[in-house]
Amino acid sequence: MIGAERAMDEAERRLISVTVNEVVHRAEVDVRLTLADFLRHTLQLTGTHVGCEHGVCGACTVLVGGHTARSCLMLAVQAHGHSVVTIEGLSTEGQPLPPLQQALADHHGLQCGFCTPGILTTLTELLRDNPSPSDEDIRVALSGNICRCTGYQGIVAAVRSLLPSAGREVRG
Amino acid sequence: MTAEPRPAADPAPHTFGRPVARVEDDALLRGRARFVDDIHLPGLLEAAFVRSPHAHARIRSIDCEPARAAPGVVAVMTFDDLRDVLTSDRLVVAMPSPSYLLEVHRPILARHETVHVGEAIAVVIAASRYLAEDAAALVEVDYDPLPVVADCHAALAEGGARVHADLPHNVVAELDTAYGDVDAAFAGAAEVVEDRFWLHRGGSHSMECRGVVASLDPLEDRLTVWSSTQTPNVAQRLLCDLLARDSDAIRVVTPELGGGFGPKLVFYPEEAVVAASAVKLGRPVKWIEDRREHFVVTTQERDQHWEMAMALDAEGRVLGMRGSLLHDHGAYTARGTNVVFASAITVPLAYNVPAYRLASKLLLTNKVPVTPIRGAGQPQAAFVMERLLDQAARRLGLDRAEIRRRNLVQPEQMPCRKPMKLRGGTFVVLDSGDYPAAQRLVMEKAGWDDFPRRQAEARAQGRHIGLGLVNYVEGTGRGPFEPVRVRVAANGRIHVASSATAMGQGTKTMLAQVVAEQLGGAIENVVVTTGDTAAMTLGFGGFNSRQAVMAGSSAHAAAVKVRAKALEAAAHMLEARPDELTIVGTHIRMRGNNRTIGLGEVARALEGIAGYVLPGNLEPGLEATEQVIVHDMAFSNGSAVAEVEVDVETGHVQVLRYLLAHDCGQMINPMLVDGQVIGGIAHGIGNALFEWMGFDANAQPLTNNYGEYLLVTAPEMPSIELFHRESPSPLNTLGIKGVGESGVIPTPAVIASAVEDALQPFGVRISHAPLSPMDILDLIARADGA
Repeated sequence: MIGAERAMDEAERRLISVTVNEVVHRAEVDVRLTLADFLRHTLQLTGTHVGCEHGVCGACTVLVGGHTARSCLMLAVQAHGHSVVTIEGLSTEGQPLPPLQQALADHHGLQCGFCTPGILTTLTELLRDNPSPSDEDIRVALSGNICRCTGYQGIVAAVRSLLPSAGREVRG
Repeated sequence: MTAEPRPAADPAPHTFGRPVARVEDDALLRGRARFVDDIHLPGLLEAAFVRSPHAHARIRSIDCEPARAAPGVVAVMTFDDLRDVLTSDRLVVAMPSPSYLLEVHRPILARHETVHVGEAIAVVIAASRYLAEDAAALVEVDYDPLPVVADCHAALAEGGARVHADLPHNVVAELDTAYGDVDAAFAGAAEVVEDRFWLHRGGSHSMECRGVVASLDPLEDRLTVWSSTQTPNVAQRLLCDLLARDSDAIRVVTPELGGGFGPKLVFYPEEAVVAASAVKLGRPVKWIEDRREHFVVTTQERDQHWEMAMALDAEGRVLGMRGSLLHDHGAYTARGTNVVFASAITVPLAYNVPAYRLASKLLLTNKVPVTPIRGAGQPQAAFVMERLLDQAARRLGLDRAEIRRRNLVQPEQMPCRKPMKLRGGTFVVLDSGDYPAAQRLVMEKAGWDDFPRRQAEARAQGRHIGLGLVNYVEGTGRGPFEPVRVRVAANGRIHVASSATAMGQGTKTMLAQVVAEQLGGAIENVVVTTGDTAAMTLGFGGFNSRQAVMAGSSAHAAAVKVRAKALEAAAHMLEARPDELTIVGTHIRMRGNNRTIGLGEVARALEGIAGYVLPGNLEPGLEATEQVIVHDMAFSNGSAVAEVEVDVETGHVQVLRYLLAHDCGQMINPMLVDGQVIGGIAHGIGNALFEWMGFDANAQPLTNNYGEYLLVTAPEMPSIELFHRESPSPLNTLGIKGVGESGVIPTPAVIASAVEDALQPFGVRISHAPLSPMDILDLIARADGA
């Protein structure tokens, strides 16, 4: 009985190798472990947050191979061989905040900060792929991230302040 | 109380009243902040709850044995398994009120009867949440379903089902709110308007669900509980009672909180169970609510059914109002009668209403309990008042702004005592403000007078745009006090501790600003601790837009005292007079020369040396604790205009513009005020157009995910235009009023007004919220047919 359970356990576990924030991690994980729990519990990278566990709120969004992905809907084993970037990888300890993070602080683009990890990864992708987004582009990009505090206005203003046209635009 | 203003020549930077950058942001933006689910302790176990699938059922038996044998399981417990560590089987938290007819306290774990879907019946504690959930599915509960009360009207039905099988009826409380001669007002009226209203709020949906971690330290026999609560001091007192432990033997800490919005002020069964389990098992235990649980067990604000009539004279002056309110209370009393109390007194607040009578019933239903959500009954009241004013304006042929102008409380009436009392027994007194000026300001900014032209042009193009206007008042700063201690340490750091509890609104920044204003102006030199019972034993926490008012006032009073003492001690040490000294940054400077002394040096001197007199013969220590007492509430006010476009083919409503002239007295940090107001408006737009917590006829929740329950996302939000007025409150030294709930209060009403205006050609009348696209199409179809 014990032997059979162990065999089943082994069938339900996999050795994975995932690069997270440029560090390679090897771990044996349950196949049902979500990527979010792998990051948060196994690697203790608790900056990524889990808000709904059904892929709508966007708080758990990370970058996998440079693309945004819901880490609550992805299994850790699916990240095997991939490179993941989380909020911890978007700034450097001891260094000033990078421009996007500083802009969010300057424009009050966060309050409780629980959704912020997903907002940061989403906006990192947006600004990489579309360096001059319109207000509508920004809002559509954010439509997969629920923020319950800010009404999104400070977040949009923060992004707008980073655009090449920022000096010329009128607030409104 | 008195406060010495800082001397005009003081060179320290000002922090009060400025859009100072938040002290919270750096950690949040680097992913370094610590929320409750980020707490990992050695040997940590995780809990999952077995919850009722029935809205009402007798529990015949609970079989935990199969679950106990499951992999990784440490314990599976019903209440009977926990009773040896608990002093009560109920959470008795109802605030006092003479209006109760029934006592309905929540059980810690349901034993013989379950009265709403999601109610906790047993807990599984295992090596991981995955294993705990596996085992929870193996707990076998034998239910005998009972008749269900799914809404307020069913609750009142003669001979109908009862929410609790052993209670005689479903009316948990009755409240009468009345003043003036209402019947005479109606008898003498030139015009009477009346309507029925159905108003619904839904859940708070903080992006962080609830959670609790409890750990017993056997060395000190101290239980530490980290909970995502807005009220850690209240939780501590309850846990001390439940676990029969001294207050020093339980510490409750609120870590970084991912939003609160009301329901996290409530103490929950899970907090008691997790704490009791940690004591019983001698190992740390964690429970983190998942979103599906949040939908069914975190408290909500749901349905209110109003019938209201307004009597007016021929010039549109309100003579009186009367009506009734049925309020869905849920299955238990998890807070009190306060939501209805707030609804009842808010209806006539912004206007002169000479006579008023509202009969309210709080009705039990087989649903999760109702407690305040941001706004706490006030948005519903504003909706009722403002819809009736729109109807009266139409009937009397008056402009909607004009009828409001004729009835608004006037600035010369301030302070304006209303013949109604707050729940603590003091009168409702509007403390300050110029309500008509706020209305004029927002009308001017919105182009109110020019709108009919724009509307006609749009209609000529087949577009239906509309404008709404609403005034509101928000009761803020619920007393009686919130303590703050300010202490300068020997290294010069300023430590601020308060029972105020941060939930994302910038409470630490706010307190740091108030204190730094008096003590050198260096925000970075201030360390703020909130929401930790080890730092402050007395106090309440965060709710009712109270912390800037109550904790802000205490912080100011304490900082003023510390400043005076620091200057006095420094004067002695520098051989100067206190009035020659000032605090700049981390040092006390003498004006006119280079003599300085560090704040830390002064603090160290006031720690004393054994056998020696303290500097200036002062009392020891450079610190002060203040708990400013204020019973009256500070009333913020504002006037909102919304412009919407309604697609009459699809029923879609787009909010094109939203303007708010807003007055929360003296602002401590205008940036944070904007954030609070805009965030509140986003909640209000959700309440107006999207958020609906549905239940079927068996009180089974229908909307348990974000596909079914819609929250506002970025594309739905217009860019909010805010205009600030500052009428200081006379109730506190700083002139502060609260702001946390302001944005939400006028919003459902102003959207409804705008939608009705847009649909004028169809003669649509709007008397409920939320308004779905299907509702709008239905209203158009029915108005067409009429």
